[in-house]
Amino acid sequence: MSAAQSAVHAVDAQPYEPVFTGDTLAELEQRFAEYPTRQALLLPALWMVQERRGWISEPAISEVATVLGLTPAYVKGVVTFYTMYHTHPVGRHFIQVCTTSPCGLCGAEDTVKALLEHTGCGEAGTTSPDGRFTVVEVECLGACGFATPVMVGDDFIESVTPDKVPDLLARYP
Amino acid sequence: MGFPHPSHAGETVVLSKYFGDAGARTHAGWVERGGYEGLRKALGMAPEAIIEDMKASGLRGRGGAGFPTGLKWSFMPKGDGKPHYLVCNADESEPGTFKDREIMRWTPHALIEGCAIGAYAIGAERCYIYIRGEFTEPWTIMSEAVREAYAAGTLGDNAMGSGKTIHITLHRGAGAYICGEETALMNSIEGRRGNPRIKPPFPAAAGLFGMPTTINNVETLAAVPHILVRGAEWYKSLSRGNPKSTGTKLISVCGHVQRPGNYEVTLGTPMKDLLYDMCGGMRPGRTLKAVIPGGSSVPIMTAEEAESALLDYEGLIEKGSMLGSAGMIVMDDSADMVYQIMRLARFYAHESCAQCTQCREGTAWTTRILERILSGKGKESDFDLLLDLADNMTGTTICVLSDSCAAPVVSGIRKFRGEFEAYIRRERAPVLALA
Amino acid sequence: MTQELVTVTIEGAQVQVPKGTTIIEAAKQAGVLVPHYCYHPSLPAPAVCRMCLVEVEKAPKLLPACVSTVAEGQVVHVSSERARKARTGVLEFLLINHPLDCPICDQSGECELQDYTFQEGRAGTRYSDYPKRYNPVEDFGPDILYVTNRCILCTRCVRFMDDVAKTPVLNVSERGDRAFIGIAEEQLLDHPWSGNVVDLCPVGSLVSKDFLHKARAWELDKTASICTGCSQGCNITIETRDDAVVRLKPRPNMDVNRHFMCDTGRMDYRWMNRGDRIEAPLVRQGTRAVAADWDTALDRLGQLAGGSGKAVLLASARSSVESLGLVRAMLDGFDVTAAVRVPTGPEAPLAGVPNLALRAERAPNVHGAERLGYTRDWDGALAAAGSADLVVVLDANLDAEEEQRLQEVTGTLVVLGTVVADFHHRAELVLPVTTMAEENGVYVNRDGRAQRYMQARSQPGMARPSWWIAGEVLAGPGPDADAAATAADAFIEVGRRYPAFADLSHGSLGWVGQTVRATAGAAR
Repeated sequence: MSAAQSAVHAVDAQPYEPVFTGDTLAELEQRFAEYPTRQALLLPALWMVQERRGWISEPAISEVATVLGLTPAYVKGVVTFYTMYHTHPVGRHFIQVCTTSPCGLCGAEDTVKALLEHTGCGEAGTTSPDGRFTVVEVECLGACGFATPVMVGDDFIESVTPDKVPDLLARYP
Repeated sequence: MGFPHPSHAGETVVLSKYFGDAGARTHAGWVERGGYEGLRKALGMAPEAIIEDMKASGLRGRGGAGFPTGLKWSFMPKGDGKPHYLVCNADESEPGTFKDREIMRWTPHALIEGCAIGAYAIGAERCYIYIRGEFTEPWTIMSEAVREAYAAGTLGDNAMGSGKTIHITLHRGAGAYICGEETALMNSIEGRRGNPRIKPPFPAAAGLFGMPTTINNVETLAAVPHILVRGAEWYKSLSRGNPKSTGTKLISVCGHVQRPGNYEVTLGTPMKDLLYDMCGGMRPGRTLKAVIPGGSSVPIMTAEEAESALLDYEGLIEKGSMLGSAGMIVMDDSADMVYQIMRLARFYAHESCAQCTQCREGTAWTTRILERILSGKGKESDFDLLLDLADNMTGTTICVLSDSCAAPVVSGIRKFRGEFEAYIRRERAPVLALA
Repeated sequence: MTQELVTVTIEGAQVQVPKGTTIIEAAKQAGVLVPHYCYHPSLPAPAVCRMCLVEVEKAPKLLPACVSTVAEGQVVHVSSERARKARTGVLEFLLINHPLDCPICDQSGECELQDYTFQEGRAGTRYSDYPKRYNPVEDFGPDILYVTNRCILCTRCVRFMDDVAKTPVLNVSERGDRAFIGIAEEQLLDHPWSGNVVDLCPVGSLVSKDFLHKARAWELDKTASICTGCSQGCNITIETRDDAVVRLKPRPNMDVNRHFMCDTGRMDYRWMNRGDRIEAPLVRQGTRAVAADWDTALDRLGQLAGGSGKAVLLASARSSVESLGLVRAMLDGFDVTAAVRVPTGPEAPLAGVPNLALRAERAPNVHGAERLGYTRDWDGALAAAGSADLVVVLDANLDAEEEQRLQEVTGTLVVLGTVVADFHHRAELVLPVTTMAEENGVYVNRDGRAQRYMQARSQPGMARPSWWIAGEVLAGPGPDADAAATAADAFIEVGRRYPAFADLSHGSLGWVGQTVRATAGAAR
């Protein structure tokens, strides 16, 4: 069983604790004034869930649906459209490496190999056994002149070459 | 300027003047550098006059389509009593393109100013800036800039003391290339899947939340204050003789050049000057093989075509390609064209929204054929198949993602057929192992 | 207000259609079917399948006929080389990951993917070197399975639940060629109208568990009918295989049910296949009921109907206008109390269609019965039956207590029935009658619309429509008697006797029905 799968079971064993209470709910409600519909807050609300929980679970989908007056199925259709929302738990540090053509020309695949090797992830899309890293190959990060861009969580790091990988990872215990 | 490199004499630096200058990021710093004069001037003008200025300047959309900005603004209905919206497309996601990112990182107030002018000109009280989810740093900087602009009274219910209401809301994407398509972007703001909509209705008639909407690219809006301050004639004079392509354009150059970066040039600049002079040419011992000049969705150019092309809307059409978003992917003779085209096809297959049949299935199938060729299992019949699929995928879907997948395949086969044949005839070792 | 018309030429045929008409609908007027999957006239059009691309002269690109509106002088080509190539291309793309499991697919024979591929698809595949996408079958709800691999993502089902049922429990999940129709973990596709997604699915992706592997489409005989589930009067098709009803499907009627029917109605057919039917007339002889021929039975009924005094007629509101009308007329010599039983249940509207719901009145012909002088005062009529001279039970479903009360009536008891019941031993006559599935007839729905249904299976044994029995009695014995020989004759006869149905005929009702007057009338 992969680390990601065992984490699913660990999380499922806990009763779901709502995200949108107190200050978090107030923060969301404050933003309603900026949009003519509640539904428009769907992407922002999902970001708020992910920032707080690390991923977006089925109960979280139901909660967002309730808060915004939508159905869980509708919300799930939206969640699965956008690749940045995690529908499974991920490692403590989520690493995205661009491998689209421009970066590929400049050695992105070597950077991926170095990241997989030094994180212990084995293959792209998986989480390291210690739960520290998840490494995924992604399509265009929009910094093609700075090949190869890597995102670690919300940090955006430009021009990552294989030799820079060990130092980079050391910054994320 | 050719950020992250120093400005080059061949550039015409307008939008990129303060790239790398952290002092320009603050509201005060921006005002010190002459910022918000354009907005101040605009708020004293009639909206129609602003639109006329835009028309006179010749400014065209910098996101890819090149539609005249003033004309687009003039499509907005007048006196219809409905809320109008301005949407700024900061979803910059066309592979090869990374210019809007720098505008937001270094000159966030330039964008806010352009948005505010645009909103006022089209009768919108709210502008949404849709920033792609991966742009965390631009998001942080833009958020702070918007906060400052409200605090300074530049935005709000009495923008710059004019009595006009101008609000700006930042909206974060979440990983979907297709949301750079304007109607998909509007769906995304509305809390939907980022599916492109059928047109008509066009956004000016029924766009965001069903209301009249104008949607402009970051670079387009960032140019607007300069035009208002310095005049349409000045902007129009920034041209190399083609009256249809005026002003400066940020060209993102990436791939196999010595100095990749964003170069701001007057439209009409020879591509050769950009590649060899400003960008320092190819790496030592390498020669130019191909250029994809307008982001990954436009046809591939050979070295000969690229070296003789002028960098403007018409100049690239003349060479069988397009200026697009001016994200220039440069490949030298070490590039494996089949592999690069496969990577592009894989990108489109990953990003297809799944609505239209040809795109959903065609992008994935095209990728599989290219992967098979690269794995040494290609067939001569794959040429006909790829071209026929490309034909079926072109001009048949709601948006042009499917066409964009087909374009590099068609131009790649036409111009680099020998590289495909080398794999198919087993003259070249396979580079992929198929599962 | 006159509607502005535009003239367009489609496949060489000139038609005039109202401005704003889509090309696909204009083509129907010209007798041309533009192949399509995602478009459905009762759903918003998303133009995603791209099957309906047509060539319009002077337009640079092919246009989706489902969302492009006609323009004056437009010339449209559906079978031009370009349009055909586009369709062949779409079909090929739809098939590359399709399992091609037609031999075990319920949709086979009525599958639009099969039909159009046969018509215009490529003979061979060019996708031979790759594994097909595979996803397991999903259980969506009480009656619906989602066979993911057959799905062409036309999204009709999603749009039905979103825009018509207004209960979005389905979605498109994921994107690109990984996309599929999804459902939330905690939800089920159990909306009272959800069965429509099976009908809407143009392929065999959404299938009914109830119908699973029951029959191949080409084995089915289809008969136009009316749903008996409630007083809405949804137009339906009864589908039979070897004389057994195997499923009900909605039949379009824009004024009544558009293209839909509810799940309660859809599942309400098993009674039509009951095997425990009365198959011969039973005539009391002393203490025994003896099977008899119709002449004997009709003679006896004629004698009883020729009497006088008080009569009570207890009828099913599932009986036809013809039967209710003539059976009541047969009792003209009596002081008649006629009532229908109106079963009730919770109302279940289809939110997106005005005036369409599973109605609380769970019988199809309550409103026809009222126009024929029947009341809803079932309890009153039952009480009156205790001391009436003659009690006639017309195919009424009775509970145990009601059956007990009928055993205790003092007058003569006559039953026109379909299945044997305990109280029948008390009856003077038990006459085998047809169910609505075994006869032609007319029902009147809650809006006063009279609608025809047709015989879908053969009658068991000697069973006859109730109107035939009553018609024979009304005409009297003898070779020259002019009794109604068909339901159409019987309907004319009803029109002569009851003002609400005057001047109407089966022919004038046609396939979509006609509104009748509200007048309740005694038999003349």
